[in-house]
Amino acid sequence: MSRQASQRVAFALISLAAALVIVAILFIAGTIAVQGMGALSWEFLTGVPGDGMKAGGIMPAIIGTLLLTLGTAVTAVPLGVGAAIYLSEYSQDSGFTRAIRIAIINLAGIPSVVYGLFGLGLFVLFMRFGTSILAGSLTLGIMTLPVIISTAEEALRAVPQSFRVVSTSLGATRWQTIRQVVLPQALPGILTGVILGLERAAGETAPILFTVAAFFLPRLPSSIFDQTMALPYHLFVISTQVPGMPIRIQYGTALVLLCFVLSMNVAATLVRSRFRRRRQW
Amino acid sequence: MSLEAKVQIKSLSIRYSDGTESLRDVSLDLYARQINVLFGPAGGGKSTLLRAINRLNDLVEVAERRGEILLDGKDIYAPDLDVVALRRRVGMVFARPVPLPMTIRQNLHYGPQLAGVRGTRLDELAEKGLRQAAIWDEVKDRLDEPASSLSGGQQQRLCLARTLTLEPEVILLDEPTSGLDPISTAKVESSLQQLKEAYTIVIVPHSVQQAARVADQAAFFLQGELIEYGPGAKLFTRPSDQRTEDYITGRFG
Amino acid sequence: MKKSSWWEFGIERAVQLAGVSAIVFVILILLFLIRESVPGFADVSPGELLGERWYPTEGRYGLLPLIAGSLLVVLGAAVMALPLGLATAIFVAEVSPRWAREVLKPLIEVLAGIPSVVLGFIGMLVLAPSVRILTGAPTGLTAFTGSLLLALMALPTIVSVAEDAIDAVPKSYRDGALALGATRWQTTWRVVLPAARSGILTAMMLGIGRAIGETMTVMMVTGNAARIPKRIGDLFYPVRTMTATIAAEMGEVAQASTHYHVLFVIGISLFLISFLINLAAAIVVFRQARRSERVLS
Repeated sequence: MSRQASQRVAFALISLAAALVIVAILFIAGTIAVQGMGALSWEFLTGVPGDGMKAGGIMPAIIGTLLLTLGTAVTAVPLGVGAAIYLSEYSQDSGFTRAIRIAIINLAGIPSVVYGLFGLGLFVLFMRFGTSILAGSLTLGIMTLPVIISTAEEALRAVPQSFRVVSTSLGATRWQTIRQVVLPQALPGILTGVILGLERAAGETAPILFTVAAFFLPRLPSSIFDQTMALPYHLFVISTQVPGMPIRIQYGTALVLLCFVLSMNVAATLVRSRFRRRRQW
Repeated sequence: MSLEAKVQIKSLSIRYSDGTESLRDVSLDLYARQINVLFGPAGGGKSTLLRAINRLNDLVEVAERRGEILLDGKDIYAPDLDVVALRRRVGMVFARPVPLPMTIRQNLHYGPQLAGVRGTRLDELAEKGLRQAAIWDEVKDRLDEPASSLSGGQQQRLCLARTLTLEPEVILLDEPTSGLDPISTAKVESSLQQLKEAYTIVIVPHSVQQAARVADQAAFFLQGELIEYGPGAKLFTRPSDQRTEDYITGRFG
Repeated sequence: MKKSSWWEFGIERAVQLAGVSAIVFVILILLFLIRESVPGFADVSPGELLGERWYPTEGRYGLLPLIAGSLLVVLGAAVMALPLGLATAIFVAEVSPRWAREVLKPLIEVLAGIPSVVLGFIGMLVLAPSVRILTGAPTGLTAFTGSLLLALMALPTIVSVAEDAIDAVPKSYRDGALALGATRWQTTWRVVLPAARSGILTAMMLGIGRAIGETMTVMMVTGNAARIPKRIGDLFYPVRTMTATIAAEMGEVAQASTHYHVLFVIGISLFLISFLINLAAAIVVFRQARRSERVLS
């Protein structure tokens, strides 16, 4: 086979593979959108489940996922951004920082169901929080930590070193430099990372299985020590645990979850592109 | 006019932990109300010396420092010295203009604000700095535009003005005109001639020609060592060391 | 002045503490996994743990079927995801016209964002019936179905990490090869890919790491039958993975029972496996970074 012909074959195969990936993604998103659209209604979004979940809405699950996402943010953002500031601005390369980095890599790789076990062992049982929003948020927060640390650190490191040097030469202390120059410049990048991290947390099921999720709880939680329903777990329940579940409601729930998560994705993309246009370096 | 030694460098040696540019046993006086020129081929230790005088070297890992630097007779590496106050007394302009990512006005307010200056005094300092850097007329109507909207030459004079807002005693300039066109360069150089009436100016020039043009006092550095120093008029016409002569006549460099 | 330096000191300590928290959490996780799994090791002998039968209700805790199930599903996923992911990465980095890249990259981000439970849901409702019809098997909930979905889930990781690696190959390499008369494909295949190989290796390891830990999707589509797959054909029968076992059974076990502790034994095994994979990937990255520093300096 001539060189040109082999190039043509190779490129065709590669393009085919890429096309396959595109088709698969579009098929999944399209199926859920088309099938789920029919279930969407104001009652579905704002009502509580009724008739053994075979009718009614999914509002408690939506609110629950919102609360868990918020709880995850409260846990993970201060710690994650703080750790990123430490790694990027304060630490010098040493055995100590290398240990932190290995820990982060390790955290990033732990399977989500293992986080669930850990949350069960530490927060639910040992600390006696019970299956609660608190236990679930802490578990999801720790799981999200590595994503936030690594994206925030990357955003901080992208700020030109010269800004730091100039600020210091003008009589700024290290923290003043970070507060006034580095953080404002890194903020969009940090925000993007935070949103992407929370997006992942919002869609997770395994870590909340034993730490917070309620099978069926047609009222809103009243404190952080309450259980709550959550969209991913609810989808799991109605698609595997409830016989005779109307398929329409299943698709509707999947669509709401998908929209919830992808809207965060879109938000992250918007933040990123706005920032690219505005930045001055 | 008698010379007043503002900065005294005594047997200073600096080595970075990654083994790059270093200084070996440099002793040198920098004089008030003079343009002190540090020149020589790249890698000679000039920038290292500049950054030692306002302790910007603290930001990078210095493996070893021996000797001392005195500012008005006081050791700037003394343990109880306030580094931030030192940096306000010793201002610096860098090779590449680095406007902070803010408006022109915010750039000028940045240093004084950190020093606790408030209110109309901020704008007074800003205007004074801009006038001294000979850029007031060009930017006075656009102070609230982003500093990055200025041309390269304007940016560098803005950076000079920004340094001046802190009313420092010593101004360090590290190849301040290396990226500028001849007209901007001339403007900066003439600003320096005005400024030396009141300040101690220490400059690493970007060429031998510039060194010869601006030097009241000159020091020639080669590979981390101070080869010779003295009044510019003498050093550029009758250097006492062969290496200095070879360099200024363009035989290497 | 003194006040501000105390403030500076406080901030530095606070962010340092945040950094240390990462280490603390890893240690805590390991500690609690050990704490809860040790009784499992005490109650069930190593011989039993390596047994071939997982019938917790009868007191049989043989992990072999679960380990084999995880392996089978992940291997199946790897066989599909690695070539597909690498090809897609090459497409994005080297072959595609600009517009195709602009479409593909956000789409892959979307795929990365789809919650695993949603993929499992689609797998149950759409993929499993198709698999059943295509293979003529009695059920569509098979290891193969799980592998397919896992491959999809591992794709975003593989594509983005591999693409970064390919992108990082200096342009001068390509220019050099093209100047010597190589075609674009020869340049890609013989120059760019070998130069990016450690990054590509990392991509594959991280992708597989992601697949091993995946829980919900596998639980929903693999049928969850704890039997040891013995032949390649068993790919088209139900299996039960380690992750799915924990997720499915932890909700129903009595706390502090043997069954409960054995589930933690599975958990700690998963922890160790993922730790080793990620460490290996990190070492490849570190070594690569050092090498490029050497080249550049």
